Amino acid sequence: MARYQTRIGARGYHFDDLKAVMACASPRRSGDELAGLAAADDETRVAAREVLAALPLRHFLDEALIPYEADEVTQLIVDTHDVEAFAPVAGMTVGEFRDWLLSYAATPAALSALAPGLTPEMVAAVSKLMRNADLIAVGAKCRVVTRFRTTLGLPGRLAARLQPNHPTDDPLGIAASTLDGLLFGMGDAVIGINPAGDSLPETVRLLQMLDELRMRFAIPMQSCVLAHVTTSIRAIERGAPVDLVFQSIAGSEKANRGFGVDLAVLREGYDAVNGLQRAGIGANTMYFETGQGSALSADAHHGVDQQTMEVRAYAVARAFRPLIVNTVVGFIGPEYLYDSKQIIRAGLEDHCCGKLLGLPMGVDVCYTNHAEADQDDMDTLATTLAAAGVTFLIAVPGADDVMLNYQSLSYHDVLGLRHLLKLQPAPEFQDWLARMGLLDEQGALPPPKPNAVRQLLALH
Amino acid sequence: MSDAPAESPNDPFARLRIATRARIGLGRAGDALPTRALLDFQAAHSRARDAVHGVVDFDAIAEQLDAQGLRSLRIRSQVTDRASYLRRPDLGRRVYVDDLPTLEAAHGDYDLAFVVADGLSAAAVNAHAAALIGETRARLSTLTLAPVVLAQQARVALGDEVGAVLGARIVALLVGERPGLSVADSLGVYLTWAPRVGRSDAERNCISNIHADGLTYAQAADTLAWLITESRRRQLSGVQLKLDAAPTAVIEAATP
Repeated sequence: MARYQTRIGARGYHFDDLKAVMACASPRRSGDELAGLAAADDETRVAAREVLAALPLRHFLDEALIPYEADEVTQLIVDTHDVEAFAPVAGMTVGEFRDWLLSYAATPAALSALAPGLTPEMVAAVSKLMRNADLIAVGAKCRVVTRFRTTLGLPGRLAARLQPNHPTDDPLGIAASTLDGLLFGMGDAVIGINPAGDSLPETVRLLQMLDELRMRFAIPMQSCVLAHVTTSIRAIERGAPVDLVFQSIAGSEKANRGFGVDLAVLREGYDAVNGLQRAGIGANTMYFETGQGSALSADAHHGVDQQTMEVRAYAVARAFRPLIVNTVVGFIGPEYLYDSKQIIRAGLEDHCCGKLLGLPMGVDVCYTNHAEADQDDMDTLATTLAAAGVTFLIAVPGADDVMLNYQSLSYHDVLGLRHLLKLQPAPEFQDWLARMGLLDEQGALPPPKPNAVRQLLALH
Repeated sequence: MSDAPAESPNDPFARLRIATRARIGLGRAGDALPTRALLDFQAAHSRARDAVHGVVDFDAIAEQLDAQGLRSLRIRSQVTDRASYLRRPDLGRRVYVDDLPTLEAAHGDYDLAFVVADGLSAAAVNAHAAALIGETRARLSTLTLAPVVLAQQARVALGDEVGAVLGARIVALLVGERPGLSVADSLGVYLTWAPRVGRSDAERNCISNIHADGLTYAQAADTLAWLITESRRRQLSGVQLKLDAAPTAVIEAATP
């Protein structure tokens, strides 16, 4: 039985179990405070990090935070752990692991090889010892390349999900937001609609509309209607053009049940969409969303801190070789991430931890109107994520999602980041943009030409 | 409101703007938003923020209810300020202990209790609460009503404790919904049969989106009156009530 204790100055610290060490080591956030798991004060937080830093990485293989018998996500994590891949870091403590991740020895190739050997708990633990700059630097070293009709995750690229939501799924309204986004070079990660309802006929209708758009303009793109996985399965059965199967997921069996899913139904969705082979054999066909606080809000966190629960969701995602994954970091609300400081930190954590586990990680850089945050804060998070090599960002017209009533990034924001940091869209999509006259010789989106706009709009 | 850029004969998006409130065709200043669009966005965000952090004028609402011949009571949740309200949803669901006697003194045999909770939009409650109660009451004239409870720093589930202490068979809680950029004053109503602490969201019915561009008071009152009548007849509320023959206006929504 490990003893979790340390001393800082005159004061001794003792933590009851590994869960307490992990929770107390987390940077302060409202969700852990709401759950009654947060460190009582700042020195306790550092004491927990001291304990964590000295803990052998191996220890996470011996002590499960959520019991194996009680949870299929734990079973998945334990049963799929790759001991051989883990070998290079098997002798390290968590503190030594942080130093190694930041070292020149941790090359993109070494990190890719290591990913199957890491468990979510190891990754969450080391991230708690990292500053924001560390999360950016390590995230930037991870290479995760996936493909459907576009190739995502290549160095020097920044992709975007074009999110043309409409409060009543009005086809013309969705088309308007989509065309506006295409004119900004958005949509290379996916054109993804959150449907206003979850009905099968609506889902099929929206899928057909996006597929017609794709074929009409010969766009190398994938579309997705973010309906429940069971709705997507039925849409596939009806012959709808489903490129990607979507699902929101979380880090425990109980939390996933709150979303109406388990591993078996996700497997069913995965098999169904792979059966279509719409982008050839071996293409990545799943799209997952996650977000800190979802397990707690479902009362399914098992006394584990919200960031560790989030990273456990990535173990669920990676079992299905997704094309894209994103955290909806500021969407879940201020009772989980109170202000911009907490949202920015969480966004960088989620990106880095997802990448370390081998996921094609994107971020919905966003906030709700009852969080202490605004567009200035999103500028900071988006710029740091782009520097960290985020796979894709979500973009909506004018940063205002008129269906989900929250603010994300605007098309302008992603375009500005591409130009600022010399990042390009996915190569196939970039070629298409060039063919459409939407890129200049430098690969940049030229100032808007009224004729180009009219041409595309007239084609609609 | 000046959320959409000025129409011009040269605006290639003109015919598309009719189809969506989305901020399309904003133009570019380099890569960035032009000043007009930037300030429009900030104006909308400021309205939403002010709605969240605003204070409901419960005195005015009490007067409006009084004019309708309705008595009202004032209570607080266990939250003391907005910052804690946002961080601690658990405390916003419980009645402040010192205010329980106020409710206990009003205990009776009631068919229905209205609760007005500030929730996340003071603007919505100030604008719509008293009027909606008036419209609904006119449709349910035979029911015995508890005094209307005006609850500060309150969330939806606070209605469970209020209804239980008052002795009401149904509680209908009106609450300011989380503001968006396009609508900052949207009101929601949550109906719960046999309210008591610990009821789950699945045991409630919700009418959402009551505001100038959404459901009218008459539409919302029709739906609410239907739900109340059905809830009394079947002695339940929530998913099972909705499954039957719910009007289209009854939708599921995230509980503030």
